[in-house]
Amino acid sequence: MDFPLFHADLIGNRAIIAVVATLHVLINHGLAVGMVPLVATIEWHGQRTGDKRWDDLAYKIMLVSFIITTTIGALTGVGIWLCASLINPYAIGSLIRVFFWAWFTEWLVFISEVSLIVVYFLTWRKWMTPALKRRHIRFGFAVGGFSWVTMAIIVAILAFMMDPGSWLTERTLFSGVTNPIYLPQLAFRTPLALSMAGIVAAFLTACFTRRDRAFQQEALRAVNLWPLFWVPLTLAGGWWYASVIPEAMQANVGTALLTMEFEQWQTQLLEGVVATALILYLISQLGVLRPRWVPRIAYFAALLAVIGLTGQFERVREFIRKPFVIGQYMYANGIRVGDYPLLKRDGLLRHSTYVYPLTENELSGVLPDRLDRLADGKTVFMVACSRCHTSNGVNSVVARFEAMFEGTWEPKLLADYITNMHDVRPYMPPFPGNDAELLALSDYLIQLRTTRQPVEGAQEVGVAINPRAVDAARSAQALLSERGQR
Amino acid sequence: MIPIPKDVPLALPAPEPLLVVLLVAFFLLHIVFVNLMIGGALLTVVYQIRGLKDVRFDRLAHVIADTVTVNKSLAVVLGVGPLLAINTLYTVYFYTANALTGEMWLSIVPLVIAAFLLTYLHKFRWHAMASHRRWHIAIAALAAALFLFIPLIFLTNINLMLFPARWTEVRGFWSALLLPNVLPRYVHFILASIALTGLFIVWLFRRAPDAKIQAIGVDRETLVRSGYRWALIPTLAQFVVGPTVLLTVPGDGRTGQVIAVILAGAVIALPAIWLIVLELRSHGTALGRRFWPIVSLLTITVLCMGSGRHLYREATLAPHQAEVRALTDRYMQAVDQAAHEARP
Repeated sequence: MDFPLFHADLIGNRAIIAVVATLHVLINHGLAVGMVPLVATIEWHGQRTGDKRWDDLAYKIMLVSFIITTTIGALTGVGIWLCASLINPYAIGSLIRVFFWAWFTEWLVFISEVSLIVVYFLTWRKWMTPALKRRHIRFGFAVGGFSWVTMAIIVAILAFMMDPGSWLTERTLFSGVTNPIYLPQLAFRTPLALSMAGIVAAFLTACFTRRDRAFQQEALRAVNLWPLFWVPLTLAGGWWYASVIPEAMQANVGTALLTMEFEQWQTQLLEGVVATALILYLISQLGVLRPRWVPRIAYFAALLAVIGLTGQFERVREFIRKPFVIGQYMYANGIRVGDYPLLKRDGLLRHSTYVYPLTENELSGVLPDRLDRLADGKTVFMVACSRCHTSNGVNSVVARFEAMFEGTWEPKLLADYITNMHDVRPYMPPFPGNDAELLALSDYLIQLRTTRQPVEGAQEVGVAINPRAVDAARSAQALLSERGQR
Repeated sequence: MIPIPKDVPLALPAPEPLLVVLLVAFFLLHIVFVNLMIGGALLTVVYQIRGLKDVRFDRLAHVIADTVTVNKSLAVVLGVGPLLAINTLYTVYFYTANALTGEMWLSIVPLVIAAFLLTYLHKFRWHAMASHRRWHIAIAALAAALFLFIPLIFLTNINLMLFPARWTEVRGFWSALLLPNVLPRYVHFILASIALTGLFIVWLFRRAPDAKIQAIGVDRETLVRSGYRWALIPTLAQFVVGPTVLLTVPGDGRTGQVIAVILAGAVIALPAIWLIVLELRSHGTALGRRFWPIVSLLTITVLCMGSGRHLYREATLAPHQAEVRALTDRYMQAVDQAAHEARP
């Protein structure tokens, strides 16, 4: 809340990070972590049988993986940081302080991984003698190993955000990494990545071997063995992961309502897991037994099913974290749990360095006596609501209230509701400010509903210094004179 | 008014000097590969255009293009470490600049992806597009244009973070871009990219196998000399652009120490330039012998410039950082007090 706030009022801030992160997960799991070991296995099989067609197939699959992972994959990975620094700077700033060395280690592994993958790909057609080929295959498995380690480190951070475990009292990197959800989540993601790669590879194999029907059957049969092996392990890992989540959730908020809502999610999720696993299993099984019966589109459909499953798991991961962005430590609005007593006592505005003045459009038609209150309401909206909600776009705050109050929008009614909102909707953080700010926010929400003006973020209209913030700003003169004294 | 925001109230994960060393060292490593990527992309276009009249230069362009995709992969991965370090050391400053230029900051992701995909398309379709040379060059030119634009986004952020007094004036990326010294720094950076790529070309062909040289069709001496020429001219230009950068940065951080370190870097570049001139006059086996001395001297120059840049940042931000720390401490005391009062 002390950074100028970027805000995307149409699609919402969460959508930006969701798109970037989901794309990254799909590429990381399906084309890197899971794919490279499979490619190396196909290459190894080619060397063992002396049939060059296997080597060609492995190379072509690797070409696709290489181009996508080193462009979209690499950039969406960095992109998650770039997005997070805009969307929830306090959360990512805190995570980096805790996990600096984990990320640093991950970076070193990542450098090795990328260097190896470049060598692996670029030497493919150059290292042709049997000894060099053996080395090449070993390189392939090494790349796979390094990719897995990078994923294993990041999963620790993802799991930490859901349930920091003993870090809340110990505040060490070790206690952060050894959080309760870490191993189950890793046990799920690892076979998931390998299964996903199998499905992608089956699809690519069907495409790349079109001209050689006999080999196509043989290749599809072999490639389908891969998901056939990993899907049951994905199921088992998913089961373990899903079974530790309720505890984490109880640690976050132990309310009956959330439990009920969560149980619905959990049932849906488990049904999804089982259904997807069955589809994959059937297609792979059929691919092994009767490769001719499985059209390319079926592999594509299977791929979509896996993407759906992964997306669902990521959604649950996000959901389970709520109302926190870092379990028990920081709410989704970027305000620390520990800050609440102070902000409740003094109000948000007293401690906010920046304010978000009304824009020209918002000013038009507003009676002068309401200006200050609406301006306060806007800043409260930006600080307390805008990380997750838009005014009238995706996850619109206006639409949420419209669904409840329809025509009867009264400031008092809204304020009363917001006061108790976190009890009724336990995935919402409590309102962080004081009563006056609550009324100002309610006024502003009514204004949003009436004018339907978009709320522009700091990237468009900039920020202003909050004149009321205690200590938060010095006049340039005072700062310069203090500098002179030093 | 200068905004004084609160910092994240968690301790730094390592002693500050260690983080600074990580930041400066790894940033320089990252930027070297970024230089090679940008310079390589530009020279590919230049040689491919020359190749329209003389096919040997098209083959040379192909050799350079092959290196761009490798350098770009290293540039990206080596960038993660410095990004992590700057996130940690300058959380308040960096994230503020990111938010104020938000749309453009986010567009780094699609723009870099587009540039990389175009680079691959250009490289892997070289022979397939032989009969559509102009379209093929257009792809390279588009990639190069993206490569030229993206650093502006980073530079604008890195510059904006240094000046809290300007934060409330900024209205989006373009207004932040127009702060006084972004463009001189940008020119400084692009010239460095071309110069470094020139040296890279010398390295590439100085000891390359004869077969590789013959495949291009241009003799080794010409190739090496052209590399030195690409290095020499921009480096000479830096003696005008460099002082412009130093004069246009706001004065607060321009301490004696900063100027001394940067001057030292510039002075060390002088013998390197002299050696490049000697190389350009050499023939046969004598040509290329001074390569490593040149690289060593210029490495010291780069280290001086990188350190000077950091010292400037420290000098500019130190007073404000002290304010931020003091405010964060006071705020955390108030947090504790309020929590104490709220306890039943």
